Amino acid sequence: MKNKPKFKFRLTRRAFAYPYMIFMLLFVVVPLVIILINAFLDDNKQFTFQNFVEFFSDAGGGLTVLGNSLVIGLVTTLICLVIGYPVAYFLAKYHASSRVFVLLFILPMWVNFLIRTLSTKALFMQLNVPLGMGTVLFGMVYNYLPYMILPLHTTLVSIDHSYIEAAEDLGADKMTVFLKTVLPLSLSGIVSGVTMTFIPAISTFAISEILSSSKIFLFGDAINMHFSKTTNSLGVGSVMSLVMLLLVILSNVAVNLTSKDEEVSAL
Amino acid sequence: MDDKIIEIKNVCKSYSDKPVVKNISLSIRRGEFVTLLGPSGCGKTTTLRMIAGFEQPTSGTILFNGEDITLLPPHKRNINTVFQKYALFPHLNVFGNIAFGLKMKTIPDGEPTVDKRGNRVQKMRHLTKAEIKDKVNAALKMVDLEDYGHRAVNSLSGGQQQRVAIARALVNEPQVLLLDEPLGALDLKMRKDMQLELMQMHSQLGITFVYVTHDQEEALTMSDTIVVMKDGEIQQIGTPTKVYDEPANAFVADFIGESNILSGTMVRDCCVDISGHKFECVDKGFKYNEPIDVIVRPEDINIVPVNDKQCLIEADVLSCVFKGDHYQVTALTHGDERNEIIIHDNVEVNVGDVIGLYIKPFDFHIMHKSRLINEVEGEMHDKNVVSFCGGRFECVSDIPDNAPVRVKVDFDDVELTDDEEDGTIGATIISAIYKGSYWQYIVRTDTYYDFFVDNDYEWSIGDRVGIKIAPDKLQIEEVRREDEE
Repeated sequence: MKNKPKFKFRLTRRAFAYPYMIFMLLFVVVPLVIILINAFLDDNKQFTFQNFVEFFSDAGGGLTVLGNSLVIGLVTTLICLVIGYPVAYFLAKYHASSRVFVLLFILPMWVNFLIRTLSTKALFMQLNVPLGMGTVLFGMVYNYLPYMILPLHTTLVSIDHSYIEAAEDLGADKMTVFLKTVLPLSLSGIVSGVTMTFIPAISTFAISEILSSSKIFLFGDAINMHFSKTTNSLGVGSVMSLVMLLLVILSNVAVNLTSKDEEVSAL
Repeated sequence: MDDKIIEIKNVCKSYSDKPVVKNISLSIRRGEFVTLLGPSGCGKTTTLRMIAGFEQPTSGTILFNGEDITLLPPHKRNINTVFQKYALFPHLNVFGNIAFGLKMKTIPDGEPTVDKRGNRVQKMRHLTKAEIKDKVNAALKMVDLEDYGHRAVNSLSGGQQQRVAIARALVNEPQVLLLDEPLGALDLKMRKDMQLELMQMHSQLGITFVYVTHDQEEALTMSDTIVVMKDGEIQQIGTPTKVYDEPANAFVADFIGESNILSGTMVRDCCVDISGHKFECVDKGFKYNEPIDVIVRPEDINIVPVNDKQCLIEADVLSCVFKGDHYQVTALTHGDERNEIIIHDNVEVNVGDVIGLYIKPFDFHIMHKSRLINEVEGEMHDKNVVSFCGGRFECVSDIPDNAPVRVKVDFDDVELTDDEEDGTIGATIISAIYKGSYWQYIVRTDTYYDFFVDNDYEWSIGDRVGIKIAPDKLQIEEVRREDEE
């Protein structure tokens, strides 16, 4: 018989991507589909919109928690931006020795964030600082500052110095040069820094719990709770996860839109 | 005429001890079109940036209308720049770019008043939106981009961006416009058009243009005055005609236009000896038998029949190329030392033909050699070993150890090696001029001494080479330390 099997495995470059694709399918796509299905099922596995009604009517306080999370996320992002921008600016401006300094600012990222947060808590306890909103914000800023500085630094370093010279040449003093050229030209860095801080900040769950002794409850904590065994409300938890996902997608779309503008103008 | 708008006095600039501009002095008259011309790395852009205020001289002063502006920041100078890559702000449209400077400008508002203390006070105000709009539109009109105000700068072609950059600078009504290789990124035809337009703008506006370029043709076309620079030093300042017809040295002759540069000696006034042939020339006042450089422009050489009585020297044709309005002929002269000559003439000859050459006496341009022998300070390291320029060379000398010495080497006694490791010291070729039968190189050691080297082989500028010198070719003299006694 000359009939050979039609499919013959050939080791092309594409084959190297298969393990990852299988991994993604199993651990990203499938769970997402399960969450999507769960969102429409009640406890007896019957189709229902009740989960959505429950969440959006704020019956379990889910919507309030989301509001709180967004506010805390925004405040964290704002503080990170206010602290991070000058740092990134001076690192970019005096770039001779900045590699070491950039490293210094990135260094905390090398320590596991749970360990970091727990040690921060230990420090606060030692210093008799009452745990609450202040300590939570501190923990958030401390954790997410590097994510703000990195994209800002990258953008600021890549700004062509001739733009600054052109502005000076046209009569701008140092302040005007900054406001009218550096700031607008670093907009894409600001946007990606803000997203990289804001998205994890609204979805975080451990930091608020640890640094407020579970007094402050954020969206991430709420999702975590819904999926834990004690409450067993998978449906509402799934709806909240979907809301989270939607927020992340929206933020990414916003980033893409601004960076596309940037690309067009860079041509 | 003493109406100098910019005076540069003894300005030096170095970056971490590496000199880029070496003691430059230059005055620019009001309304003049001055071109700083030179190869890359000659310091022309640095000089321009010091006039603009982006760089501060290491020493020396810059005067603007008689006032010292050496340390004045760029935004306080009434000077605007057109940048090499335009540097148009990508976040603003064409209108926004041109209006950028106007929005910050303040003008006197009404008559000066006298305050309580008796001081005259001049109120200043910003321009109104309508005024800015009028000025921007006028500027756009000047560069033929009337309807482009709303366009994004990145949607424009290179030539249009160039025009916006010029409009953005000129709209501020500067007294001096600086242009840093503004046409470098444009294609040939566009460049020619822009050259003419820039010249027109210059004559219409009557302001001073300082233009930087490495393109000698551009410089010859556009300028009132050309400043030829090399290696941080000014080689020659003059009108285009003067710089072309009477180059100050072999470098200027080689850089501006094509030329034949040959070595010769002055036999007596009005008579030069090149490779054993004597020619009549018009230069006087050289020392007898002084070694000199002779420059002859290719278009000043005429091809004549061998038996013609005008024929000064015979030559074999090596190549003949049609160039549109002339033939470029390469020929090898007859004689003991044969030189390769480039000729531009409108007769066609065949390869292998023997031709006669005629050159008018005043077309021989005779100039002093910038250096006759390499001379460098060194120190005896050991018996028969001398150290200079960061290397130890074997030599024949019985001067005691550690004595300071002066070392002399002839141009053709310096050997160059392809591999840096084969030489006693490494060096970089910074200049190469063909002299008919050999190349004259300027080779810079890592200790910043420049060796002049005559060599038959061809290297390119920027190549790394090794330097070797035969022990018996080093002429060593002891230096007496007079101040010690």
